Order: sequence, then C-alpha cells, then structure tokens
Amino acid sequence: MNTLIKNGMVVAGETFEKADVYIQDNKIVKIGKDIDCAVDTEIDAEGKIVLPGFVDMHCHLREPGLEYKEDIAHGSLAALRGGFTSIACMPNTRPPIDNAALVSYVRTKGIEADNAKVYPIGCITKGQAGKEIAEMGFMRDAGAVAFSDDGLPVANSNVMRMGLEYAASIGALIISHSEDKELSGDGVVNEGLNATVSGLKGITRAAEECMVARDVLLAETFKTRVHIAHVSTRGSVDIVRRAKARGVAVTCETCPHYFCATDDEILSYNTNAKINPPLRTQDDVDAILEGLCDGTIDAIATDHAPHAADEKNKEFNLAPFGTSGFETAFSLAYTYLVETNVIDIVKLSKLMSANPARILGIGSGLIKEGERADITIADPEKSFIVDRTKFVSKGKNSLFHGWKLKGAVTDVLVDGLSKEIKSYD
Amino acid sequence: MLKRKDLLGLKDVTREEIEEILALAAQMRKVLDQSAKKTTDLQGKSVITLFYENSTRTRTSFETAAKIMSASTTSISVATSSVSKGETLIDTGKNLDAICADAIIIRHSMSGAPHLLAKNVRASVINAGDGLNEHPTQALLDMYTMKEHFGSFEGLKVVIAGDIKHSRVARSNIWGLNKMGASVTVCAPKTLLPAEIDKMNVTVSSNLDECIKGANVVMGLRMQLERQQAGLFPSVAEYHAFYGIDAKRLRNADGDAIVMHPGPVNRGVEMSSEVIDGDQSVILPQVTNGVAVRMAILKLLLAEKRG
Repeated sequence: MNTLIKNGMVVAGETFEKADVYIQDNKIVKIGKDIDCAVDTEIDAEGKIVLPGFVDMHCHLREPGLEYKEDIAHGSLAALRGGFTSIACMPNTRPPIDNAALVSYVRTKGIEADNAKVYPIGCITKGQAGKEIAEMGFMRDAGAVAFSDDGLPVANSNVMRMGLEYAASIGALIISHSEDKELSGDGVVNEGLNATVSGLKGITRAAEECMVARDVLLAETFKTRVHIAHVSTRGSVDIVRRAKARGVAVTCETCPHYFCATDDEILSYNTNAKINPPLRTQDDVDAILEGLCDGTIDAIATDHAPHAADEKNKEFNLAPFGTSGFETAFSLAYTYLVETNVIDIVKLSKLMSANPARILGIGSGLIKEGERADITIADPEKSFIVDRTKFVSKGKNSLFHGWKLKGAVTDVLVDGLSKEIKSYD
Repeated sequence: MLKRKDLLGLKDVTREEIEEILALAAQMRKVLDQSAKKTTDLQGKSVITLFYENSTRTRTSFETAAKIMSASTTSISVATSSVSKGETLIDTGKNLDAICADAIIIRHSMSGAPHLLAKNVRASVINAGDGLNEHPTQALLDMYTMKEHFGSFEGLKVVIAGDIKHSRVARSNIWGLNKMGASVTVCAPKTLLPAEIDKMNVTVSSNLDECIKGANVVMGLRMQLERQQAGLFPSVAEYHAFYGIDAKRLRNADGDAIVMHPGPVNRGVEMSSEVIDGDQSVILPQVTNGVAVRMAILKLLLAEKRG
C-alpha cells in the first residue's frame, strides 16, 4: 500500500515548502519535488498545507461511565475530523482510570475504534482522591503516557511531591491541572469586572497561579519534570517563563479558548463559555499570545470537554464546565494565530504536533523520512461558519458555534491510511 | 409603554424606561391611598410567582400589586435544595406557559436564572431577585422613594453600606442610580466587596465614617450571618462597630439625609434600632412604594402592551 501527496505546501521540521510526500505502508519514505511513481492512492494537495498529524495532549473522552456525554468511538472520530491523529485522554471517568485494567480498556476501545490513536492518561492517586499514589508503573506498562488527577488536583503538597518523584523514577510524566480548590471555591467565571457585573461568582487567577508556582517549585526542588495543563493567566505564563529560565524541567499547554476568547462571553450567561479554568480578560489573552510566541507555552491542547445538551441548557451555576474542542481547535489556531501573523505555520505545527508528541514521548510529531505517516492536510483558504449541530462529537457544547473561521482540515492519514472525515461544508 | 417582554434587570434598561416606570408608579401610589384599593388594569391576566428562595416582603408585595389590579395570582415555591434534582427551570417555565400564565415573577438563588427562563417562555418574566445579579424592582422602589423625597436624582449622594459582594440590591441600585445621575458610594471591608466594583462608576470605600460625610441617602444592606462563618468578617460585634449605621455615624451625613434598607433588617448588626426607628428612616414607606412600583411594572408589561 503506497500513497503520494502531491503539490502541497509541506511543513517538514523548520521548512515550509512545496513538495510531494511519498508514503509506503505506514511510513513516510520520501519528501521531495516532483516525485513521480505508480501509487495506489494519490492525494492532490495543490493549494493546501500538509502537516504532521496533530497531537492533543489533553482531552476528555468520558468512557467509561459517562458515555451519554461522549465515548471513545465518537470522540476519536471527532478528533480525526479536527486533524488530530493522536490524542491523550484524561482519567476523570467513572470510575477514574487509576489502574492498569482500565488503562487497557481505554486503549483497546481506541484500537477498536480505529480513528485517532488513543493514549490514556492515568491518575496520580488512587480513585483520583489525592491521598495515595496509584500504580503508575503498572499503568505505564499498560500504555498510560502520563499521569494526572485532572480536575481534582492533588491538594496535599506532600502527596504531589511523592507523585512527582515516583513518576520521575519510572520515567513518567505528571500533568498538573493547577488549581487551589479552596481559592476557587464555588466560583464559575473569572473573578473581575464581568463576574461582578453578571453576579456570577468569580475564580481568582491566584487559584491557578498559586498551584502553578507550587508545582514548579516542587519540580525544581526534587528535580523532576512537570507539565502544567491549560495555562490561562498572565501570571501563570510568567511563572513558567521564569522557571524555564532557571532550568526547571517544566512544560505547559494552553487551549484555543484562552487565546481567542475573553470572559465577555459570559455576560449573556452562555453556559458554553463556562470553562475551567475560566475564560479570562484581554490582558491574559495577550500574555498567552506572548507565551506562544516566545516558547514559554509548549503546546496547544483542546481540553475537549463534551457534555450532553440538557446539562448545558441550565442555570449557569448548574451547568458543567467545558467546551467541545476537537473540531474547532486547528481552525481557531489558524484564524487567531497564523492569519493574524502572531506565529507562522511552522510554529503552529510545533505547538500542535512535535512538542506535545515529544512531551508525551509518542514519536517525533514531524513529517520526515522514516517517520510514521500521521499526516493532516488543511485548506488555508477555506472559510466556514462553525455549526455545532454538525459535530461528529457527541458534545455539541461549543463556545464557537456561529463563529466564522478560516482554515479547514480536509484530509487525515493515520499510519499511512487515509481516513474518511466529515467535511466542514 | 415598555417595548420589552421582560424586566430582568436595570443593567439593560434605559433612563427613559426608568422614568416611565417611576411616573406610572406615582399614579399607582395614589390608588394605595384610596379606601377602595382596586383597579381593573389586569382583569383577566394571570400572574404567577415562582420563588426558589424564601421571601415574605417581595412576594407579598407582587401579589398585592397584582390583586389590586384584578389579576389572578398563583404562587409556587420550590425548595432551593430541589433545584438540581427536581424539574428543570426550563420545563417548569414551559408548563407555566402551557397553563396560560401572562407573567412569571421569579426569584432564584442563581444569577441569570430569570434570563434563562425568559428565553424559553412566552410569558413576561419579572426578576424578583437572582443570585448576586439583580433585584430590579427593589432598586426601582428605592429610587421611587428617593425621588419622592428629593424630587430629582441629580447631584444626589447615595451611600450603600454592607455586604456589597453578595448584594443584588446594591448592583441594581448602582445600574439605576448611575443612569439617573446620582452618585453612588459603596462601603464595606474588602472581603465584602466584589472584584473591580470600582469600574462600575462608583466610589469605593472601606471607611464608613469618612464616606458617609455629606450623604443624602444612607442605605444599609442585610448582613447574612453565615458570612461570618465563612470568614468574611470576624464577629457581629466588630462588624457593627466598624460598619454599622448608628446615630453617631448618621450625624456625619447630610442633615436631611434619609435612611433606607431593603429588609429584612438585622437590628444591631448593619443598623442600630435607633436609626431604623428614627425620624430619618424611610424603611416602611419603601415597602408601601414597592407595591406601587410593582403595579406600574405589571401594568406596563401586561396591560398596555397586550391588553
């Protein structure tokens, strides 16, 4: 089985040039001008961008236990439609993924679905309860690529220390959802003018920043790695930037909603704008953009958080946190980062592929000869209106419904095989 | 004639609309002085109060207003505890629509709940207090009372003292009074002030002795005693000593100042009994004016538009 992608603008490492990509079985064999050979499949990529498949290091697939919101089959298919060829899913399921059997279950379901590759993230602590560290070694051997207690972050600093040190001993990565739950309390939006104006309870930036600082200091003191999930504030970017300058092994991600939306979205009580950490202000958005530009922020993740329609169609306080993210992430990033010249397509590709792949240890995330043929092709000229009713994901809870975006994924190959994806028309 | 289906807050109401409500309320106020307090303005209309929070004054005030104008009234109470388990707000609203309600007056512990209801029902929705957001009819009756006393809002200095952070009454008054040209000062310790309230065109103070100087209106707010348990102030005694409105502090206000309170009052906490029962207090006239203001709102939303 061989495939030739013809005449696309190919992002290969630091270069962005017109080239052909020749794929044999599941490997990229050759990248070059005017490759001419007999192939089973030829993809005409004239006018399109050929990118390494996107790697999402933070999503929620809700299986097992919350299949009414999303399941692995729908979620991984939605990921494909968004151009993601590999996705790492958080363990806050029912029950939480805190043992090797559950890790295997998720992996098996992912393989059966045969869409984007599904990489489970296991819990740091048993039952996501923040008390005793879970069997990270067994889970790692079963296929877990990282460990996180996600939205129930480890509050006890000593337990977090043990988690970091134990994970480091077995070469595993800890991902921290940095939030001081005592400080965030029953807040639902960013603390500030818009919270006051809408009468919605605020979550102070300090709830995030205190824990980012703690986790950075723990990693620094105990010489471990740590990855900070969904950075949303200027202060968090600053803490990570300074830690990196000191040589701390910290990496971090942000999400599209933290660079293309502000908490103005909550003024109409739109529950799809209820996200944790909350949408912040323009000043924070500016800081996120700076962090993306200067390399402080390593990755763009979706934090794809699907919910059932009835759950979101409620009083703001009662609605769950999160927006559906897979099917809009690339287009948002392209529209708000590349079209606006904040970063170029090579940089965006690193943020969405090579960096998260490297952090998770799941390949290079690059288009290069000899590499796995996980490839995403996008049409940079295509504009469309986001229509959540057409989502493949069960989670139609999109903050971006009705937004006009530019840049749409048209083709996705996983391990050299072309996947059928739903068009954005 | 309000060109709107609902009254959800003073945030999105114009100065002209406020003037219209206050003007009609003055007419309605006269009805309350008649021996036979009855009009036919809302004959054949069905008004439902849907309260997810306890209330005596506001609910009775609305029901009295509707009954005086010959509407039929029904009251529904839903325990706050059942909000998350029971029938959803949208379903409840659609059922009330289905039994032909003309107006639904809602009080809810969550900000934005009346907005959600309004989007999903045909009936007019009147916000009788939502979470920390707004309590527009309270602010309108406060403003009516101020206008009755001073004739105009221009140059009026209004000091609101107390738990601003959790007060929908304070927020609605800020929106309304700013639109009418009064100047508003809010006073509380920082633990009881919401974030960035200074950007809402108010003067912010944590020193009541200072900011009460020259005030024309001194408004106290009810202090929920559970705020002390939550650690927002150390004790009732210290709160009263530092932020209580008492006779001594009131002497620093303008000599003709009036004292207001949305009720129910915690005597000896946010206000001393001497002040509550004193000559400058208009707390009971506020309650009477509340009926007139609510009559005006019901009439403007229901009778003239849909009659």
